[in-house]
Amino acid sequence: MVELSGNLLFIAFILYLVATLFFGGSIKQKKDLNDTKTTNKWGKIAVFLTIIGFISQLGYFIIRWIVAGHAPVSNMFEFTTFFGMALVGAFIVIYFIYRTTLLGLFTMPVAILVIAYASMFPRDISPLIPSLQSYWLYIHVTTAAIGEAILAISFAAGLIYLVKAIDQTKSTKKTFWLEFVMFCLVTVIGFVVVSSVFAGMGYHEKFNWVDKSGNQAQIEYTMPALTGPHEGKLLTKDGFKPWAEMPAFINAKKLNTVIWSVAAGIVLYGLIRLIIRKRIGSMLKPLVKNIKLDFVDEISYRSVLIGFPVFTLGALIFAMIWAQVAWSRFWGWDPKEVWALITWLFYAAFMHLRLSKGWHGEKSAWLAVIGFAIIMFNLVAVNLVIAGLHSYAGS
Amino acid sequence: MKKRRLIMRSIILAVLVAAVAYTLYANFMKDHAQKVSVGKQAPDFVLTDMQGNKHRLSDYKGQGVFLNFWGTWCPPCKKEMPYINNQYHQFKDQGVQVLSVDIQESELAVNQFIERYKLDFPVMIDTNKEVMTAYGIDQLPATFLIDKDGKVVKYTTGEMTENMVRQYMEKIKP
Amino acid sequence: MKDVKCECGHVNPHGTVLCEACGKILVEEENEKQLLDMRYEGSARRSQIYQKTVVDKVWNFFSSVKVGVWLIIITLIASILGTILPQKMYINLPPEVYYEKEYGWFGKLYYQLGFHDLYGSWWYLLLIAMIGISLVICSLDRVVPLYKALKAQRVTRHEGFLKRQRVFGASHNVDQRDIETVKQHLIQKHYKVREENGDLLAEKGRFSRWGPYVNHVGLIIFLFGAMLRFIPGMYVNENLWVREGETALVPETGEKFYVHNNKFILEHYDKEKNKTFEKALDRAGNVVKNYQSNVVLYQRSGEKIPGEKPKLEKVKEYKIRVNHPLEFEGYSIYQSSFRSEMDSMTFALINKKTEKSFGELTINLRTPKEKYDLGNGYSVKILNYFPDFEFAENGEPSTKSRVPNNPAFIFRMTAPDKPKGETSFVAIRQTIEPFGNNTYKMAFKRIGTTNVSGFTVRKDSSIWVIIFGGILFMIGVIQGAYWNHRRIWVQNKNGDVWIAAHTNKNWYGLKREIEKVLEDTKLKMPEDQLQREQKDKEGV
Repeated sequence: MVELSGNLLFIAFILYLVATLFFGGSIKQKKDLNDTKTTNKWGKIAVFLTIIGFISQLGYFIIRWIVAGHAPVSNMFEFTTFFGMALVGAFIVIYFIYRTTLLGLFTMPVAILVIAYASMFPRDISPLIPSLQSYWLYIHVTTAAIGEAILAISFAAGLIYLVKAIDQTKSTKKTFWLEFVMFCLVTVIGFVVVSSVFAGMGYHEKFNWVDKSGNQAQIEYTMPALTGPHEGKLLTKDGFKPWAEMPAFINAKKLNTVIWSVAAGIVLYGLIRLIIRKRIGSMLKPLVKNIKLDFVDEISYRSVLIGFPVFTLGALIFAMIWAQVAWSRFWGWDPKEVWALITWLFYAAFMHLRLSKGWHGEKSAWLAVIGFAIIMFNLVAVNLVIAGLHSYAGS
Repeated sequence: MKKRRLIMRSIILAVLVAAVAYTLYANFMKDHAQKVSVGKQAPDFVLTDMQGNKHRLSDYKGQGVFLNFWGTWCPPCKKEMPYINNQYHQFKDQGVQVLSVDIQESELAVNQFIERYKLDFPVMIDTNKEVMTAYGIDQLPATFLIDKDGKVVKYTTGEMTENMVRQYMEKIKP
Repeated sequence: MKDVKCECGHVNPHGTVLCEACGKILVEEENEKQLLDMRYEGSARRSQIYQKTVVDKVWNFFSSVKVGVWLIIITLIASILGTILPQKMYINLPPEVYYEKEYGWFGKLYYQLGFHDLYGSWWYLLLIAMIGISLVICSLDRVVPLYKALKAQRVTRHEGFLKRQRVFGASHNVDQRDIETVKQHLIQKHYKVREENGDLLAEKGRFSRWGPYVNHVGLIIFLFGAMLRFIPGMYVNENLWVREGETALVPETGEKFYVHNNKFILEHYDKEKNKTFEKALDRAGNVVKNYQSNVVLYQRSGEKIPGEKPKLEKVKEYKIRVNHPLEFEGYSIYQSSFRSEMDSMTFALINKKTEKSFGELTINLRTPKEKYDLGNGYSVKILNYFPDFEFAENGEPSTKSRVPNNPAFIFRMTAPDKPKGETSFVAIRQTIEPFGNNTYKMAFKRIGTTNVSGFTVRKDSSIWVIIFGGILFMIGVIQGAYWNHRRIWVQNKNGDVWIAAHTNKNWYGLKREIEKVLEDTKLKMPEDQLQREQKDKEGV
């Protein structure tokens, strides 16, 4: 059963990949992308594959739920995969409103990256600690993830807007930041590649080290240690000797992973630039030439409008109800709670700026990108770096 | 028209400002709130001393009560106990009663303490911390000075010198 | 401060941009724009009118959305600062020690800036309060004029108004029957259609315009509920530790409720029984499955003063678990923590040489006896008891607290051959014989432990206000986000038929709807003038 569930996830992943190629193909055909009644054959196949992939992933989700006895949203792997699934789901819904395959070309790679990122975490089915044993776990986490996924669609639309709107003929601040966004996406690929390569090699090295409170402890690295732990002594023969030793309050192992990922990201990005000989943004530009700016702007804003209430409900209201039941207070200023509030405040500001200050178009697109960055920060950094009650702590 | 609008705005702003001011004030006072404050009636209680006699606070109406909360393990308590005992002898015939409440310790520990410091005033154990809770005490030693009408005259925590003990007893002499 | 009379006869408040009734542009500069700014229907926002007294100035300050957005941004940044290091409620050392010890100079600075209690600081509260004030004033200032403008609108609109709508088009030589068809289509699409001199105004979803104000009211109620907490008695949050087998008073219940802890249960997941979790358990080690306290809730009957033994009546038995608090009369008791406490110590009195035992004694660490008689002339007396033993500064044995964390005793052991007794100091893994070599010894046998359940006692009378605010907020947000206010004007101007349309969002949906409405007629589909404008700029 567990295997079947894993296979379904893998099938979904492959289907998403293939669907992305078809989405790419659907753009090449020079038809007016705003003319909604004419999705071409490529586009139809792409959407069909996406839906099949989604159903396959749904199968993974349901089977794993049955096996575990609880909804698979209880650790980093499960939550992040669910977020990827919600992203695909949100895309399918928005697609049937606006019928533009271009959105798929930008959304599906993000979903693929999210799922690939998720699978770098331990995939075992883990039991629930007492505070998680509540049906509010399912309600709160799934609603919040769906809300975030819909908001992420606005990021994809915003990205399309920026790729189209930004003048690539000269180097400006705008081109720099757009490239920075691209670089971040490439870095995620870097992380996946580095993790998979070292996992494939079966790389391990062990250290004895001294933690914050002065206790001796052992730590195991799965990548060569560039940053060693505090007063670390390498135990593994032929292990990689760290370049630098970190103070005790810095998690040297996680920092090491970050450094490896960024390094891989830089190498990958450099390679891409070498091959294409222009900015990634500039390379993508031809793909978006047939879409109208105000149309993507509307998709972006509409996604925020649809996603914001869902996010509020899931990440704040349901969260408060559950917190009241489990921890006796509906709000405790836990880092994850605060970051949900920050996300909420950000999108509230976004909407006020749009409504009252007339921040349409490019400004609005940049805001959508920042919003997604905040969501990702909450998903990645807050879980792994700022430990709190919500911390899945890499388990 | 204009005037009415100004009045409306003033009222709304005043309500909002008052609400905010109260919240800030309450938030600030949150950590300083005292459950039994000076000038209020001291909550009544009844406890049994080591000899088996019941002491009820309200039975001491007409006398001043020097109510001391302590523990055998707390160093300042150990220091001030002999002072209290001395002054107890000075003031007991002048209408000042000492009631000494140990917080949740064993009879053995308290008895040994009494023996060691030769304490003559009634000592009782607050087994369930009920009296402590009623008086909202979080730090030992803590002393309440209660006048002949049962009102709290002063509340003090921390170690007392013999001089302070005398002054305090003087204060509640009926 | 004069009111403005439009040529259509409607009297508008001073500051109005578009006539409330016919939509004629009343402000010169607006005439130069290609498209109208339709926010708040061009009504006169009250704050813009008067700028005289201090009250007006303060009012206008808070009435600005710009100010509101800035408040949100500042709050957002402040909130981020609070997540850099753990807040004071999540640390287990005194803050003045913790931050410097864990994070060095940065931690010290963080503490000195007061960021360890950022969300409880006066300035953070003030920020939230200012957002609250901004919510109230912004909403009041906009909702009233908007309501009036929407109410006053007439069917027939001014030419300038129609021309400057984003969606606009004119058709020549129109058959009047087509207009009738359009009208029927509009009604089918659930539009409210008004007709005047052959002109049409179709409108739907106006209530979505109230969404923002409804959600703002919800937020204000929510904040008000949070404020109520500060009123004494509205909010109780206390910790309560109860040992197994003991009954404790539930704090802040007016000495009315007591809870008896029958048993504390701690369960772990079992690899053997839960094969599914085997791998995860191998990696993570022990994982707790359940924290539970089996308790009995009692209510006091009759009057009682502190210190007196209460008469108790059983209310109910309950198994308090995480996520399953015990609830009664507005109070909730949550399982929040537990600890294991040393409860008793057992010793045997033995002869040091022969190791012969003369009997065992068990000392209850919370109520030790003074003397333990072992029979046959053997007895042990406790001369001194230190529940939490340490050597004081002057070298004397003493105790740190009343909790038996590290019990130590000074015993006097009496035996038939030692009638005066021998003195021995006994602590955990330590025996000192102060007066020379003894014949007898108190040999440590075992300790007994008991579990102490940690509960949180909570009462939150303001929760219903907060819940109501939350629900209202959700209704408002959904109302504003999932419905659109659409208006379509179909009017006869200079012998042509003009169609103009406006929506507060989702123009794409509006255009598709107009397409459907104009089906089977010869009317021309109006153009999206914003797109035309952009095309002009792009030079396509």
